Amino acid sequence: MSEQALKELGDVIAAKLGGDVLTVEVKLGELMVTVKRPAIIPVLTALRDDAACSFEQLTDITAVDYPERVERFEVVYQLLSYKHNRRMRVKVTTDEDTPVPSVVPVFNAANWFERETWDLFGIFFDNHPDLRRILTDYGFEGHPLRKDFPLTGYVEARYDEDQKRVVYEPVQLTQDFRSFDFLSPWEGMTNVMLPGDEKAALQDGSKKP
Amino acid sequence: MSMTTISESATGVVIAGPGGPVGPAEKTQIKPYTMNFGPQHPAAHGVLRLVMELNGEVVERCDPHIGLLHRGTEKLIEYKTYVQAIPYFDRLDYVSPMCMEHAFVLGVENLLQIKIPLRAQYIRVLFSEITRILNHILSITTGALDVGAITPALWGFEEREILMEFYERVCGARLHANYFRPGGVAWDLPAGLLEDIWAFTERFPKFMEDLDNLLTDNRIFKQRTVDIGIVSKEQAYDWAFTGPMLRGSGVAWDLRKSQPYEVYDRMDFDVPVGLTGDCWARYLVRMEEMRQSLRIIRQCCKDMPAGPYKIEDRKVSPPPRGEMKRSMEALIHHFKLFTEGFHVPAGETYTAIEAPKGEFGVYLVSDGTNKPYRCKIRAPGFAHLQGIDFMSKGHMLADAVANIASMDIVFGEIDR
Repeated sequence: MSEQALKELGDVIAAKLGGDVLTVEVKLGELMVTVKRPAIIPVLTALRDDAACSFEQLTDITAVDYPERVERFEVVYQLLSYKHNRRMRVKVTTDEDTPVPSVVPVFNAANWFERETWDLFGIFFDNHPDLRRILTDYGFEGHPLRKDFPLTGYVEARYDEDQKRVVYEPVQLTQDFRSFDFLSPWEGMTNVMLPGDEKAALQDGSKKP
Repeated sequence: MSMTTISESATGVVIAGPGGPVGPAEKTQIKPYTMNFGPQHPAAHGVLRLVMELNGEVVERCDPHIGLLHRGTEKLIEYKTYVQAIPYFDRLDYVSPMCMEHAFVLGVENLLQIKIPLRAQYIRVLFSEITRILNHILSITTGALDVGAITPALWGFEEREILMEFYERVCGARLHANYFRPGGVAWDLPAGLLEDIWAFTERFPKFMEDLDNLLTDNRIFKQRTVDIGIVSKEQAYDWAFTGPMLRGSGVAWDLRKSQPYEVYDRMDFDVPVGLTGDCWARYLVRMEEMRQSLRIIRQCCKDMPAGPYKIEDRKVSPPPRGEMKRSMEALIHHFKLFTEGFHVPAGETYTAIEAPKGEFGVYLVSDGTNKPYRCKIRAPGFAHLQGIDFMSKGHMLADAVANIASMDIVFGEIDR
C-alpha cells in the first residue's frame, strides 16, 4: 500500500466525515485519523459500511497514557479492511473521568478489548454491556498500565499457612527497583545543562577570570 | 471430569444432572444451573476458567474468566530496552515462540527504518514455518486428545521434540528461543542444520499421513467435530477472528500472502480455506497448513543465500567478538548496545504477522528513548476466546471442549 493511496484514502475519509475528523496523518506507511470522542460510533460505522473504506474488522482497541497532557489517554482503534487489504488507526482522546462511547454495537469484538482497556487504564466506556475487569485479579485495585502505577504494584500475595488462605500484603522489596538513566548526554539531549556546560558558554563571550 | 455445581438458581422440581434422578416426563423440569469449568481442567488448555450456565447438558451461556496467567508483560516491556523485551515474547504464546518475536522485531525495524540482510530474512521465514508446524502439531493432537484420541498426541509430541532440537541447535534453547533481533537474527545457522532440516522434511509427510489416517475420516473424531461451533464469515469478521479460525469459515486471507513480509512473496505456497466453518474445517485447515509450511521450509533450505545474518549497522547490532579484540570502536559499540541499547526514533506502528494462531500484532509507541513508551500486544487467542459464548450456545457441554480445542487456546498470549 503506497503512501499516496493512503493519503487519498485519508482525504476521502476527512471529506466524508466532515467536522468529526480532527487530524489525518500518514506516517511510516500507516494511516492514522484522530476524531472527536462523541463521534466514535458514527465514524466507525461509516468506516465499516462505506464501500470506499469497508473496514470490516476491528483488530484491536488499546490506549496510551500521556500523563502530562490535559486529556491524558489516547484510545486507539486498529481497523482492517479485507476487501481493500488496508489497515488504519482511529484515535480519540479522553481523561480519567470522561467516558468514551462503547463501540460494541458496531463491532462485537470490542467487548473484551474495551474491558481490557478499562481494566488496565481505567478508561470508562459508556453503554458497555458488561464492563468488568478482565485480566487483573479478582478484587484488584488500580489500573496497572497507567504511567503513575508502579511496576511492582502495591500488594503481593502469598499463601498463609495459619489462615489457610491467600493473603495480600503491601509489597516489600529487598532491593529498590533499579531504573538506570541511560539517556546519554552525547546523543539527542540538546536542551540539558550538565555541570561544566556554563564554561562553554563563557568561552565564546567575553573572557572573564 | 472435575466439575462442581456452585449454584442452583431456578425453581425446578427434579434435578437432572449427569446421572441424577429423572422423574416422569410430565413432572420433569430441568433446572438450569451454573457450573464452574477449570481452571484446573485438562481440557481447559491452561488456566481457563469458564462459568457456564447449563440447561441439562446444553450450554446456555459461557463466561470465560481469564487473567489467571496475567504477568503484566506490556508493563514490564515499558521498563526494558528493546532488546531486553524480546524474551518476553517467547513467553506469550509459548508453543510458537519465534513467531511472537517476529512481530516485535518487525515493528522495531519499521520504526528504525532498517532493512535486514536477505539471509536473515530466509532464516526468519524458515524458523517461522518450523514454528507453525510445532504449533499445529500441538493444537491438532491435544485437540484430538480433548475429544478422546490419545495416540495422535503421543506421536505428535515425538515430532515436536525433533523440531525443538532444531530450535536448540540454532539458539541453544528448546522453547524460549530469544533468537530474532532487530536487524537480523542472533546467530548464524550451525553447520549441517539445513541438511538435517531437509532430511526432516522428507520424513515428515509420513507422519502427516499417519495423523491423517488416525483422525480425518475417523468416525468418532468426525462425530465430535463436524457441525460443531459453526462460525459464519460475518461472525468471523465481527468477532475479529483471524488465522485458521477465519480461513475455516471460508475467507481466503493470509497475511503471508496479502501483506507479505520478509521473503514470503518469493515463496510458492497455497492458502487452505475451509468450507463449513466448523471445528472439523478448522482442523483440516491446520492440517493443510502444515503441508504448506513444509513446502516453504524446503524452498528456504534450497534457496538459503549466503551472506551476513544480521545488519552491519553497529548502532543496532553488536559487533562480532573478534572485531572487539582489535577495534576500540567495536568495543564502545558493544558496551553501549548492552547497557543503554539503541534509541528508536519517536513514532508509532502497528505491525502484524500471520502467527500460527492468527494475526499477532504489536502496536509500538516510541518516544525516542531506548525503551518502548507503549507496547500493546494483540493476541489472536484473546479475540477468539471471547467468541466461545456464541460458538458454544446451544451445544452440549462436551462440544464446548471441542470448541476450545479448535480455537487453539494458549494462555500465555491471552493473559499476557
